Amino acid sequence: MKQHLTVVVVEQNQEHAFAIVDALKESGDVDVFVIGNVSGLARQIATHSPDIVLIDIDNPSRDMLEELTVASGPMERPVAMFVSSAAGGLAKAAVEAGMSAYVVDGLQADRIKPVMDIAIARFQMLRQMRVELEETRRALEERKLIDRAKGLIMKAKGFQEDEAYALLRKTAMNQNRRVADVAEALVTASGLLS
Amino acid sequence: MRTVTLPVAYMPLVDAAPLIVAREMGFDHAEGISLDLQPAPSWSSLRDMLAFGHVDAAHLLSPIPVAMALGLGGIATPLSAVSVLSLNGNVIGVGTNLAGRLADLGYGFDFKDAEAAGAGLTKAASDVLVFGVPFPFSMHVELLRYWVAGTELASKQVEIRTVPPPLMAQALATGEIDAFCVGEPWGSVAVDDGVGTLLLPGRAIWTCAPEKVLAVRNGWAETEPHLLGSLMRTVWRAGRWLSNPESRTTASEMLSRKAYLNVSPELIDRALIGDFTISGLGEQRHVEGFVEFFDGAATFPWRSQAKWVAHQLAIRNGLDAGIAERQAAKVFRSDLYRRELQSLGVETPGASEKLEGALTESTAVASTNGSLILPRNVFFDRRVFEPTG
Repeated sequence: MKQHLTVVVVEQNQEHAFAIVDALKESGDVDVFVIGNVSGLARQIATHSPDIVLIDIDNPSRDMLEELTVASGPMERPVAMFVSSAAGGLAKAAVEAGMSAYVVDGLQADRIKPVMDIAIARFQMLRQMRVELEETRRALEERKLIDRAKGLIMKAKGFQEDEAYALLRKTAMNQNRRVADVAEALVTASGLLS
Repeated sequence: MRTVTLPVAYMPLVDAAPLIVAREMGFDHAEGISLDLQPAPSWSSLRDMLAFGHVDAAHLLSPIPVAMALGLGGIATPLSAVSVLSLNGNVIGVGTNLAGRLADLGYGFDFKDAEAAGAGLTKAASDVLVFGVPFPFSMHVELLRYWVAGTELASKQVEIRTVPPPLMAQALATGEIDAFCVGEPWGSVAVDDGVGTLLLPGRAIWTCAPEKVLAVRNGWAETEPHLLGSLMRTVWRAGRWLSNPESRTTASEMLSRKAYLNVSPELIDRALIGDFTISGLGEQRHVEGFVEFFDGAATFPWRSQAKWVAHQLAIRNGLDAGIAERQAAKVFRSDLYRRELQSLGVETPGASEKLEGALTESTAVASTNGSLILPRNVFFDRRVFEPTG
């Protein structure tokens, strides 16, 4: 039986990958390899013959791992773990199923668990950061759209800035839409007509 | 009427149309349910979402529930394919290098003749030919294997690798794969990205390949017969609406929305109308019935379809073909289809099995109210599938 665990982390974002590797290494006797480029993923993983493969459940490349469960004999099979999910209970169910579906003989679930716990926590933290980043980016883009729409109204109707915004907001409320959506429609329409 | 919310998972593809249309056109509300459509990032995730009860129904590759019943792959929750969501709808394409060599050899790209395409590709390709497919258990794999085995391509070393469809064009561009078999709109995306040329529609290999199924857990089907019936009728109505040519433009627009496929409606039109742009040079080819959602009892889950899939899987994985076919036949639920769609007066065939590959012309067969026209059902090599079990 192996003295330590070999873990492969599939993660394209380098910073995220480092964060996961650091956390895993702190957890004990673990060799960690990171695969950032998913081309030929199954073969890349096979060269490390890992005990555990960690991949985000939302990563479309997960289907490439499915080949491993088909092509290899049960003894060569890595424990493929799919962690983190915005979809609540699925992560837990998938991890549990992963345990029973992919665990090879001689590798005890209690040895995998601490690694899994850390990985899940880390993947979830990174997801949180990603969601926040996307939110910020979207808010910024909407702000830009609203500014352009305000500019168009000011020019077309000779309004002051606050009057232009009031008109946008009133229209949005009347149509039960978001101010950003109304602004987008106006900017698009004006682009078409200009 | 109060509606019951039903979570249903799907893959953002053209052939998810019956589910998307059901929701957008309100066919679900008419049946007292409200579809909560959840896109999945991968087929394995989609399968898990259904198997672990995160959703109650799913748009699945037809070989997935069959493979699970045969104990292939990791998960073993028993699933039922309660109806077929679509027939055909895949395309086979090659990278620009191979397309150039095919053109140099005088190949005409008729987008029709599978035998000629196989012969041409054999001459054009080097010794090893690598195909990308979306998933190891898929009609894509089965069609490719069947085609390769029945043409001169059998002399080549053919490798089939899983590549997520959104990454297919990139894999072609980097040379990781030489060719692909994928569901629309991803073939057309590769053409528009300038990295691929389409060679064949899936139906050139088999005119009636069951592509996607509506799958549920067996346990759920037993405990929730009323919801199941509502769901099946909803999807059946959506298929009927889609079968009207006048609906196609509206359907493309619905599917193209950001929440669903998030590609231009023009790309989706190609598959729904059957007018393909096959190369970066803008060459056009028309395919009649490229993807079918309704006509000719398309949604009836024939037990013989499951047997065909099981037969191929059994032979490749060293299982007993007869046993595998019997296990698989139980997965395609023609019994539930009859039970739940009877109230709508749906014309269902008298038999639950047919001879796959045996109809060289459209043929009338016995059905509930008299007769039903089944469409042409042939393999490119004109072989007829005879079940072992």
